[in-house]
Amino acid sequence: MARRENPEINAGSMADIAFLLLIFFLVTTTMNVDSGISKKLSEKPPKDYIPPMIKEKNIFVVVINRNNELLVENQRMDIKDLKDEALKFIDNGGGIGNAGEDGSPGKACDYCQGERSDSSSDHPNKAIISVQSDRGTEYGTYIQVQNELLKAYTELRNRLAKQKYQMTFDELEKAYDEAKKNAGMKDRVEDLRVKVEYIKTAYPQIISDAEPTS
Amino acid sequence: MPAVNTAALPDIVFMLLFFFMVTTTMRETDLRIENPRLPSATEIKKLEHKSLVCTIYVGKAKDETKGAGYNKIQLNDKIASADQVPSFIINARTKVSEAEIPFMTTSIKADRESSVGTITDIRLKLRDVNALKVSYSTQKGTSN
Repeated sequence: MARRENPEINAGSMADIAFLLLIFFLVTTTMNVDSGISKKLSEKPPKDYIPPMIKEKNIFVVVINRNNELLVENQRMDIKDLKDEALKFIDNGGGIGNAGEDGSPGKACDYCQGERSDSSSDHPNKAIISVQSDRGTEYGTYIQVQNELLKAYTELRNRLAKQKYQMTFDELEKAYDEAKKNAGMKDRVEDLRVKVEYIKTAYPQIISDAEPTS
Repeated sequence: MPAVNTAALPDIVFMLLFFFMVTTTMRETDLRIENPRLPSATEIKKLEHKSLVCTIYVGKAKDETKGAGYNKIQLNDKIASADQVPSFIINARTKVSEAEIPFMTTSIKADRESSVGTITDIRLKLRDVNALKVSYSTQKGTSN
């Protein structure tokens, strides 16, 4: 049954195949989005800089040794307990906070739900977390610790935002980003900015990295 | 024998063109270290403005004569030491406009077995040249 003649190969669907392949590659090639834990380093202190006096109770010391073990406030701890401990410390609110930038006197933390114990932090804006690692500490552990501490802050911020604005802090930030991009929502931008700023100053992330021991 | 219809040839060519356009922008530098196994974290932020990001890799050298261990630093296309970080940053700054310099971010892609000492060395050097925005590159982990 040989065909006698073959006038033309139908190439009409070739373009469809080409587009199909194009779409396939577009979908499968993942442009790896770079994401990570962002941090702002402190500026280099001038030579004659005298560090301010900070009360012992306002510092939460986390030490990581070269075997990747944790010592939190002089007690051995597993990494899974770190978040709750940090949360308790930040949210303690046992005293009076820093004075405002406009010179207004510091106030007690009225949104904290902590134990208000005298031996823990005074106010979230005074609470400093100091991470002291060894030069030989594994980077993975270090990041895990940073992550747990950030988790504590996120949880507190979400709680406060939910309480005040009936939405989590993540949602609030997302709404703010969207409002910034969207020209039709100009009137909401300022309102959302104030809300985001308020939450951020209510629980500022103060995590300092001490010089590692060798 | 009739000629093969070549009407779809432009489509194929364009497809290939698009494909290569998409893939070639993915990585400008060759990795001189083994692909770092990034640590995983949940509290992460996306890095925006790709042109303002300079990346420092830390990990194990592919070339074994450069020494073993997970603490080799790669700047641009070669293995370097922490002392060369400032010149790397200053070089990167010449490529962006002056107004954008404060928004430049340094992304550190380090292997999870690297040691904190190496990262601290880099951090101190970054502080010297006032490159204060740092992002520790991580994978998205599962929250638990």
